[in-house]
Amino acid sequence: MKLTDEEQRMLDGQYGKAVSMAMSILTKLGQIYDAEEMMPVTQVHIDSTFFQLLGDAGLEFVARLVDCEAKFCVPTSLNPSARDIERWQEFRVPLDFAEKSRRLEQAYLRMGAIPTWTCAPYQNGMIPCFGQQIAWAESNAIAFANSVIGARTARYGDFADICAAVTGRVPKFSLHIPQNRSGEILLRLQTPELIDFGDDSIYPVIGYIAGSLAQERIPVIEGIPNTVSSDNLKALSAAAASSGAVALFHVLGVTPEASTYEDAFQGKELRQIIDIGEEELLTARRNLSTVNEGKVDLVVMGCPHASFIEVKQLNQLLDGKKIARGVELWVQTNRVVYHWLKEAGLLESLGLSGVKVTTDTCNLNWPRDIWDNWGFRLLVTNSAKWAHYAPGLTGLQVIFANIQNCVKAALKGEIRGS
Amino acid sequence: MQREIALCQPVVAGVSEGYALVSSEPFSFWGDLDPKTGSIINPRSSLFGESVKNRVFVYPGGRGSSTTSAILLEAIRCSNAPCAIINMQVEPIIAIGILVAQEIYDNVVLPVAAVSEEAFHRLQTGDYLLVDTVVGKLYKREPGQQVKGQT
Repeated sequence: MKLTDEEQRMLDGQYGKAVSMAMSILTKLGQIYDAEEMMPVTQVHIDSTFFQLLGDAGLEFVARLVDCEAKFCVPTSLNPSARDIERWQEFRVPLDFAEKSRRLEQAYLRMGAIPTWTCAPYQNGMIPCFGQQIAWAESNAIAFANSVIGARTARYGDFADICAAVTGRVPKFSLHIPQNRSGEILLRLQTPELIDFGDDSIYPVIGYIAGSLAQERIPVIEGIPNTVSSDNLKALSAAAASSGAVALFHVLGVTPEASTYEDAFQGKELRQIIDIGEEELLTARRNLSTVNEGKVDLVVMGCPHASFIEVKQLNQLLDGKKIARGVELWVQTNRVVYHWLKEAGLLESLGLSGVKVTTDTCNLNWPRDIWDNWGFRLLVTNSAKWAHYAPGLTGLQVIFANIQNCVKAALKGEIRGS
Repeated sequence: MQREIALCQPVVAGVSEGYALVSSEPFSFWGDLDPKTGSIINPRSSLFGESVKNRVFVYPGGRGSSTTSAILLEAIRCSNAPCAIINMQVEPIIAIGILVAQEIYDNVVLPVAAVSEEAFHRLQTGDYLLVDTVVGKLYKREPGQQVKGQT
């Protein structure tokens, strides 16, 4: 691989051990994928923020960087932490768990990261520009940044994100190169006129199908109206990046690299078309639930982190009513939205309804003992990502429902099969 | 007896052998695997309850979370990782987990290779495979034989 003089100096250790180690890992990655050179990135989003997922091995890697006095050299945002930094006790998080989390949080702040603690940094935090070269991890954020904004990132994972933040470099490969961003498969919504796009839950369902059909290919989706919101595309991104390895999708007539067929496919020959009908939409929706009725213990919203608009809608649907006894309703968001909710008086109203708003974190990553301590059996969520991962990670049964039915479930304490 | 059964494109170099665990579904190490045990924990997976530990793990490619790198690294530290990984498309997320393991631990051998769709479909759970990504070949063999080149 061809390195600039500066990059060679980074690799040789002239900028310290941390830069050298990070550069060594990234150049090896580049060699694996036949990158001819490295390239600068101007923003990084770090996914490696859950100490319990990094494990001892990952923590050792971060500790080594801290010991070498590593500093992030480009603006670097952070994914959620393992705990709600202010309200962890309210969520029955044990002290030693909180303490371990605090140490990793401090490590990133010492290296110069911005304490965004959110998985939706594209809505509140570090919003990249069209065409900007970035290195993002967190599967939903990668998909959103590439697809909806048109920024350029490969599907980076843990550690590659940190290495990019320390060096400001990545291999020139994958979706950083415009020619690699053309659509590879066309997914057509049949009879879009019969689809209720006013029901927000249609978007994660479409995303879930798109991910499982496209896998690692770039899907072009046809049939979504251009009135689709940022929150809808957020839900679609998270779902597609759960069922598939989708780092980029195009929505015809909506996303910035797909105003026409010609744009979306960059004039290349279309190799595969798949039609998605009512049957497929119903099946995907059904597959997101493990049961279809039962007594509800927990309702979770805000995966990816909820926007102000989503929480406002929740508050309107609750209409001042209190959720049922024995039911928890959690909304996951970031501190920016939290502050706005407080200013707007919504936080108080949600609190009176019995809703818990949590910031800085994602409870999906809790170890089993915290879940066992809560004693839940069935959760209801409007997030396809939660519905996809919760059975394996939390051991709970799950029902996927739209926000209206999530609220009904919280108010009644049960959900009946349809 | 050792029989060459496919060519493979090396992603991470190494030589390793073990019984194959084959899946036709894409895999996300985060959400699908518990690195502390090596077991597949996703009840929706057709491999639910199986262990990847010391297996030649054969699946089409990645899906889902970018935390996969960390889970793979922790599985390596806990000696619960597969002994080799074979995909049709190998994601950078997999490669990074192993590159970091090799950076912080000595003697990490976990060959990763890409094979053609045709070769992929010939691999079956229970096959005893020797994966040699130094020469870029897959062999089917009897267990317990000496690895080529070892004394």
